[in-house]
Amino acid sequence: MTGELSPGLILIVGALLVPFLRGRLRAAYILALPIVAFWQLITLPNGSFGEIHVLDMTLVTLRVDELSFVFGLIFLIAAFLCFIYALHIDDTVQQVAALIYAGSAVGAVFAGDLITLFIFWEGTAVASLFLIWASRNERAYGAGLRYIVIQVTSGVLLLAGIVVHYSQTGEIAFGHLGTESLAGVLIFLAFGIKCAFPFLHNWLQDAYPEATVTGTVVLSAFTTKLAVYTLARGYAGTEILVPIGATMTAFPIFYAVIENDLRRVLSYSLNNQLGFMVVGIGIGSELALNGTVAHAFCHIIYKALLFMSMGAVLFRTGTIKGSELGGLYKSMPWTTGFCIVGAASISAFPLFSGFVSKSLIIAAAMDKGYFWTWLVLLFASAGVFHHSGIKIPFFAFFAHDSGKRCAEAPANMLIAMAISAVLCILIGVYPRPLYDILPYGPVTFNPYTVHHVVTQMQLLMFSALAFTVLMRTGIYPPELRMINLDFDWFYRRAGYTVAITTGRWAQHAWSGFVRAAKRGARGAAVAVERHHGPEGILARTWPTGSMAFWTTIMLALYLILSYL
Amino acid sequence: MASNDAGSEMQSPERAYWLDDPHNVDRIVWTVYAVCALLLGADFLIKPHGPFAIEYVFGFYGFYGFLCCFGLVIAAKGLRILVARPEDYYDR
Repeated sequence: MTGELSPGLILIVGALLVPFLRGRLRAAYILALPIVAFWQLITLPNGSFGEIHVLDMTLVTLRVDELSFVFGLIFLIAAFLCFIYALHIDDTVQQVAALIYAGSAVGAVFAGDLITLFIFWEGTAVASLFLIWASRNERAYGAGLRYIVIQVTSGVLLLAGIVVHYSQTGEIAFGHLGTESLAGVLIFLAFGIKCAFPFLHNWLQDAYPEATVTGTVVLSAFTTKLAVYTLARGYAGTEILVPIGATMTAFPIFYAVIENDLRRVLSYSLNNQLGFMVVGIGIGSELALNGTVAHAFCHIIYKALLFMSMGAVLFRTGTIKGSELGGLYKSMPWTTGFCIVGAASISAFPLFSGFVSKSLIIAAAMDKGYFWTWLVLLFASAGVFHHSGIKIPFFAFFAHDSGKRCAEAPANMLIAMAISAVLCILIGVYPRPLYDILPYGPVTFNPYTVHHVVTQMQLLMFSALAFTVLMRTGIYPPELRMINLDFDWFYRRAGYTVAITTGRWAQHAWSGFVRAAKRGARGAAVAVERHHGPEGILARTWPTGSMAFWTTIMLALYLILSYL
Repeated sequence: MASNDAGSEMQSPERAYWLDDPHNVDRIVWTVYAVCALLLGADFLIKPHGPFAIEYVFGFYGFYGFLCCFGLVIAAKGLRILVARPEDYYDR
C-alpha cells in the first residue's frame, strides 16, 4: 500500500513526528519530507489509487493525472522553498501547521472524489489558521478568527454541495461540475470563497499580512492555488468566470496603490494574479487552461519570492510599512536583488517567468475575441507592474532613505530567495520544460516573437514612465500611516454595528416586555385583591334584595329580546 | 552575505552610494525616457497581427500602458478620500 500513498499524507503523517525531534535533526527532517513526497510523486504512474469503500461510496484518495501532477509538483516545490526560508525558526506550532497545511493542499489536489477533497479542504483551513495565530498578538488573533469563519463557510458550502450532488446523481467522483445544478452552484461558491472572488475576497488581505514572517510565505502558496486547481477541474469553460476573473485582475490594484502595509500590497496583487488564472479557466480553451496552470506554477514561485523578501525586511527592521521604510538596499543588497527578480517576474518582463505564462492567457483571450476582457487584462498587467513591480521594491529598498540600517537577511532566507529567483529566470529564459508538463495538449505557443516582446516592453516601460512622471511631479500619493476600508468593513464595522444595535434593541424590547408583564401581573393581582379581597366587592355577602333586583332585570331583558 | 546582526550601525562615516547622488537618479530617469522613445520607434518594425483593430493604432501598447497607470494612480488617490481611515479604526 505504501506504493500508493498520497504525497500529501507523507507531509501530514510526517508532521506528527516533528515535536519529538530537536535542533538540526528536526530541521533536516522537515526539509526531507517534501523531498520524499516529491520522490513519491514522480514515481507514481497516472491513474487512481488508494480506493476506500465506505457505505456504497468509493473514495479515491489518490488520482494522478496531468492536471493534478503539475499542481502537486509546484506545491511540493513551494513547500520545500518555504521550509528552507523558515529554517531559522524553532516554533513547533508553525512547523507542524505548515507541514499539515502543505500536506492537506497536496492531498486535496490528488483527491479523486469530493469527500476526500472536502476532508483535505478543511485540513488546509484549520492548519493554516495556526500560521496566522502564531504571530501571537491580538490583531492576528482577530484576523485569524475572521479567517477561519470564512474558510469554514467555504467548507460548509462544499459539503452541502456534495450532499445535494450525491443525492441527485449518486456520484461523488470529482470531475466537471458546471453551474447548471444547485449542487454545482454551491460548490462553485465554496471554491469562489477560497479563490477570493470579488466580495468574497477580503479574508485574504485581512489575514495573510497578519501571519508570521514565514507564515505569510507559506500561506501565499497553497489555499488560493488549490481553489484555482479545483475550479479548473470542475468549472473549465464556465463563461461567468471570465468577467469574475477580469474584475479580480482590476479592482485590487487600486487598493494596492494606496496600501501602506507592503505585505498587504502583495496580498492585493495576489488577488489580481488569481484573476488572470480565473479568466483562463472561464475561457476554457486548451491554450487558456494551459495558461492558467502555467501561470499558477510561475506565480507560486515569484509570489513566494516577493513575500520572502518583504518577510526578510519585516524580520530585520520590525516594520513592513511603506511609510517607515526606504533606502534598505544599502543594508540588504541581496534581498533587494532577489525582490527585483520577483518584481520583474510578476510584471511579466521578457526573460522572467510571468512573461511566458501570462502571455498564454492573454493570447487565449485574443484568440476567442474577448475584446473588453483583453483590454482589462492589459490594464491589469500595466497596473501590476506599477504596484508590485515598482512600488514594492521602490518604497522598501529605495525612495527616501529611512535611515534604517540593519543586517542582511539570514543565510537560509537568502538561499530560499536565491533558488526562487533562479527558478523565475530559468522558466522565463527557457519555458519549454514547463510547457511540456502542461495538461491540456501540446503547447505550440512561442512567447518570444519580436512583436510580443516589443509590445510587452512598450506596455511596461510606458507604465514605468507614468510612475516616473507622477513621482517627479509630486502627484504620486505618498505612503501614509492609514488603513483602507475594503469589503471587510461590512462585517467588521457595519455588521458589528448592526449586531450590537440589534442586540441593544432586543434587550430594550425584552426588558420593556418584562416590565409590562410585571406591571400587568401586579395590576391583575391588585384587581383580584380589590374584587375578591376581604374588602372586595365580590367577597361581600350579597343581600337577597339585590339578587331579586338583578333577577328582575334579567327577566325584563329576556322579555324585551323575545319581542325583537 | 552577512549573518551577523550586530555592528552595522557602528559603521561611520557611511559609504556613499551611487544612487545617493541626485545626478545619477536623473540619469536613470533620462534612460527611462530614452528607452520609451526607442520602443515607440520600434513600433515601425513590428506588424500587428491580432484580431482587434485598436492594436493597429501607432504605439497603442505604450500609450495604453501610460494612460492606464496614470489613470490608476489618479483614481486610487480619489479612492483614498473615500476609504482611508486612521490605523486604529477597527480598534476603536
